[in-house]
Amino acid sequence: MKGRPNDSLAAAGFLLPNILGFLVFTAGPLVFSLAVSFTNWNLQRTIPFRVSGPENYNELLHDKQFWLFFINTVYLMLGMPLCIAGSLLLAVLLNQRLRGMVAYRTLFYLPSFTSGVALMILWKALYNPDFGPINALLDWCLQALRLNDLLQGLGFHALAPPQWLPSTDNLLGLVPQEIRISGSKFGLGAREALIIMGVWIAIGGNNMLLYLAALTNVPQELVEAAQIDGAGRWKVFRHVTWPQLAPTTFFIVVMSFIGSLQGGFDQARVMTNGGPSGTTTTLAYYIYTKAFEEFQIGYASAVAWVLFTVIFAITLLNWKFGQKELSY
Amino acid sequence: MRLYEPARAPGFASWWYRQGQFIASHAVLAVLALTMLLPFLWMVLASFKPYEEVENLNPFPSTWQPENYSKVFEQVPFARYYFNSVFVALWVTFLQCLTSAMAAFAFARLRWPGRDVVFRLYLATLMIPGVVTMIPNYVLTVKLQLLDSYLGLIVPASFSAFGTFLLRQFMLTIPPALDEAAWMDGAGPWTVFWDIALPLARPGLIALAVFTFMGNYGSFFWPLILIKSEHLRTLPIGMLYFDSVYGKQTNLIMAASVMNLVPLIVLFVCSQKFLVRGIQMGGVKG
Repeated sequence: MKGRPNDSLAAAGFLLPNILGFLVFTAGPLVFSLAVSFTNWNLQRTIPFRVSGPENYNELLHDKQFWLFFINTVYLMLGMPLCIAGSLLLAVLLNQRLRGMVAYRTLFYLPSFTSGVALMILWKALYNPDFGPINALLDWCLQALRLNDLLQGLGFHALAPPQWLPSTDNLLGLVPQEIRISGSKFGLGAREALIIMGVWIAIGGNNMLLYLAALTNVPQELVEAAQIDGAGRWKVFRHVTWPQLAPTTFFIVVMSFIGSLQGGFDQARVMTNGGPSGTTTTLAYYIYTKAFEEFQIGYASAVAWVLFTVIFAITLLNWKFGQKELSY
Repeated sequence: MRLYEPARAPGFASWWYRQGQFIASHAVLAVLALTMLLPFLWMVLASFKPYEEVENLNPFPSTWQPENYSKVFEQVPFARYYFNSVFVALWVTFLQCLTSAMAAFAFARLRWPGRDVVFRLYLATLMIPGVVTMIPNYVLTVKLQLLDSYLGLIVPASFSAFGTFLLRQFMLTIPPALDEAAWMDGAGPWTVFWDIALPLARPGLIALAVFTFMGNYGSFFWPLILIKSEHLRTLPIGMLYFDSVYGKQTNLIMAASVMNLVPLIVLFVCSQKFLVRGIQMGGVKG
């Protein structure tokens, strides 16, 4: 189109602030942190600066703590399938043009919108093993159902509500200080507490809204065609709706992975300080400890870059397969 | 020729089926909605309890004590925390909306060689995790002597690839005829941006503004490592210290939490129409 000879110049002007900010606060730091990860840089001046090559990465491979915290990070992802399935269920339920749909949607979205330190402090109080309402409720249920009388009658141990945040028990029986499984550790502990809270926060959040949008985009002809062929509700969902939702599901799974790989800091800092015995310390928390409590900037950067590499690999997978899924 | 018949002919049985399904759906939704609501209710009730009752299992206070709320302000500079959070969040929101809208305009409404390649590169930066850039940004802030200052909280947060992406999505939906007409009339790029693109992208701008505001209002990591002096603490940092120092006073802590959450809830209820669309557009793969 003629009469607009200055577009390039104008574009440069419009992009300038954002690009400048991007260079200073994203691109520059990216290169800088890669460089730093090959040094022993420590903000405490007592240790002389030196380029250490791949030493940090080597150390990291044999860093027992790193692997434990990696396991913690992966363990906390156990809530992910539950959360995604829940979001889908909510979206399907909300997609029926029921009365009060907007009110429900608002309520479901509320926790994820307000999530933050205040909610975490609230949940810390809810989980309090002695005075918290969660255990009060569990206690009440145990007594009302007379479950313990039954169990003891059958020769089992009586059940008690879990200790939650101060407890290292977990569903896989993982021992906190080393990579080993022990029967005495089965139960619900700090990690499960964080997972349950995470599901409560995220179940009606952005994922539900994405599913809701995707559901309204499922071509109605396909659904009707299937119904005419005699398919029931479940069959329609399984063979028509679910495949149509595949790109959304893929996107949500990828984003959840990326999010949880670098997540877990806030709740651990507020609710458990990474404990008990480091069971809620994720890799992000480890980076924080190394960089801002022990001032080992070099080592912390190396951990960050390992994390980044994993995230990058997942993103590449997303690009490779995500496009294919899109042209379903 | 084969005749196709609907699986369930409309009739009496089908009516019952639909009613049953309707009731079941509402039942499930209501239970889930209650699960979402109960923690908030417990928080409000606990915030009115006298101190002697915070270890009481009964969630209802025997005497309602609204002075808990004013006590929070006596024990910590809560008003200051409020001000800091809102002040920083408003500046970040303003700057981020402006820089994002300008970049989005260049990507959506201007024509220049290499535009789409640059945009794709730009989009790729969305996946750079915060944990990687956090440490260098901290070092940079120290070197610029912005540690423990408003500027240090505001400036690094004022640029966003996500905002650019979101607003570009919105600006792409503006019919080209609108700005072509303006160009023909000899309007400059700034006029087209300010008078046409921005007003038409308003739903997107509102969504971005709300997201940015609440993201910063609740921002935890960056202020935690950046702020040392008490008078610069934002709400999340203030809450963290309040909780660690006065943790036994659950009633006051909950009152503080309520005050922390109320502005968010109001903001959310007022803006949710825009938010829903913003999330749904931003989540579409670019």
